[in-house]
Amino acid sequence: MTGAPGRKGAIWIVAEQAGGKLAPVSLEILGQALRMAREAGGCEVAAVLVGKDAGGLAEELALFGADKVFLADDPRLEPYQNDTHGAVLAKLIAREDPEVVLFGASACGEELAPTVAARLDTGLGAHCTDLDLKADGLLMMGVLGFGGRVHTEMFCPARRPQMASVKPGMFQPPPRAARKGTVVREDAAALLEGERIRLRAVKVVREEPEGVPLEGAEVVVAGGFGIGGKEPWVLLEDLARELSGAVGCTRPALDEGWTSGEHTMIGTSGKTVRPKVYLGFGISGSPHHTVGIKDAGVIVSVNSDPRAPVFESSDYCVVSDFRKIVPALIREIRKVKGGGLREPSPA
Amino acid sequence: MSGFHVVVLVKPVPDPGCYARVEIDPATGVLARQGMPSVLNPSDRHALEEALALQERHGGRVTLVSMTPESSAETLREALAMGGDEAVILSDRAFAGSDSLATSRVLAAGIAKVAPFDLVLAGNESADGGTVHVPSQVGELLGVAHLVNVIRLEVDPDGSVRARTRIENGYVEVEGALPMVLGVRREINTPRYTSLMGVMASQGKPIRVFGAEELGVDRSGVGMEGSNMRPGKLSRPSSRRKGERLKGDTDEAVARIVGILRAEGVLG
Repeated sequence: MTGAPGRKGAIWIVAEQAGGKLAPVSLEILGQALRMAREAGGCEVAAVLVGKDAGGLAEELALFGADKVFLADDPRLEPYQNDTHGAVLAKLIAREDPEVVLFGASACGEELAPTVAARLDTGLGAHCTDLDLKADGLLMMGVLGFGGRVHTEMFCPARRPQMASVKPGMFQPPPRAARKGTVVREDAAALLEGERIRLRAVKVVREEPEGVPLEGAEVVVAGGFGIGGKEPWVLLEDLARELSGAVGCTRPALDEGWTSGEHTMIGTSGKTVRPKVYLGFGISGSPHHTVGIKDAGVIVSVNSDPRAPVFESSDYCVVSDFRKIVPALIREIRKVKGGGLREPSPA
Repeated sequence: MSGFHVVVLVKPVPDPGCYARVEIDPATGVLARQGMPSVLNPSDRHALEEALALQERHGGRVTLVSMTPESSAETLREALAMGGDEAVILSDRAFAGSDSLATSRVLAAGIAKVAPFDLVLAGNESADGGTVHVPSQVGELLGVAHLVNVIRLEVDPDGSVRARTRIENGYVEVEGALPMVLGVRREINTPRYTSLMGVMASQGKPIRVFGAEELGVDRSGVGMEGSNMRPGKLSRPSSRRKGERLKGDTDEAVARIVGILRAEGVLG
């Protein structure tokens, strides 16, 4: 590592594949890398892809605007393992000496990024929610602490590369580029040479979650601790179904076991959503949760407590019991969908 | 071989129940968190529980290691009341301002001090910082295999390990062998309650304190000076919106919400 701040080096993104497709966060960080490169007056943007039979996905990254895609393709690199992927990435980064390296803060990325940062003895911003490449070449990495209550600008002034893991859902993926980048095939076997492989991933299980996924849903119906149980939770699921929307939850509702699982949690340790309309019920509005909905179009909150903090982060506030509002809302929605002519079915 | 030596990394943190009260001093731009009680980092309780379950199954020893000011020894005593044989505090003014990698250097030196070890368990992340960096970076510095997001763990008497790690919409089964450093998620187990017997037993358990000198850490690699990451401006993220109260009874409120849904093009 040269550690020479101020030079115009490349911005890299570490791409991740899941089930034979690029992880959405990989395109999101590519989008932000391209944006920062443009604003910096143009510097190279490269992607790295590590895996097996991943040539097609490398081509895809090149089509989305990466100037260069470094591809390390080897049967030993699938499934992901921090031993193998960490070794390959650390060696490539040390050789090419980029200025900035971005990772998606997925389950794999949040492990891989600190692994590589330790090997390179460089700084790493964790689960960044915003990034800005300053004119002097310093990367501002915005991180949230204390359950979303405090935003801190972090910098890595003296070491290179400046590395950041980026929370999924924070940035927009890029459009297809006019000019396709180049795929550079690396000698993966050489990169793995001499590496101790101490871990074996023997089984990867992906369960397709039921219902509409939170990411990309136009309507999100979310519930918090105020819902009070598994039975009333069903009301939220019914409402979401009527609106072809997704159900989300807060950490306390998840911990109570009322929800369909962790994949529905919104907030600092969960997902970031940007629906056109967010309908929140029984949510107090801790920053941990509201950070995850700040990019929603319209926020409507229903809470029986007129002083619930969530009202401060809402466009429209209804001081009422969700048990009254939700069934009435479902009835009215059915009327609208039925052209206002039919009575709602008893189901 | 009779049992393993399991090291549990623990961290006293400001009580997460108080984070709504964290403010930034407008004059100094520094975090004001006075009056916030210190508690054991929530996910560390799950790491300790996993260590104690292993000890019950295989015997062996459990040592708690914490980089924390000596003044938070009480929080470690509370952890020892849950279980574990002894605690080690890594405390030195030279450690202040450490980023995750510098913290990991201190922790790795602390673990080396209580070595030999078979397994290091840690909570996946701390409630205040939450980087999820420390388990991986300690593993790298110790030169042993490491994983985070562990939700299930089996360790055989011969030291072979089978761990399940959480990924988006699923999980991965990973095999390997001790020694290892593992970061666990809270879903891995339900921590036991502290018993009165445990509280009494904890009074007799040793808590040792080591500074930079005793640990033999290079001061240029720890603390603010040894940290690659530097904090800049702090701010309160604002999520403030117009907050218009919808007046009227249920029917009127519902009619307004339906109107909003239609105006946004998500209904009818």
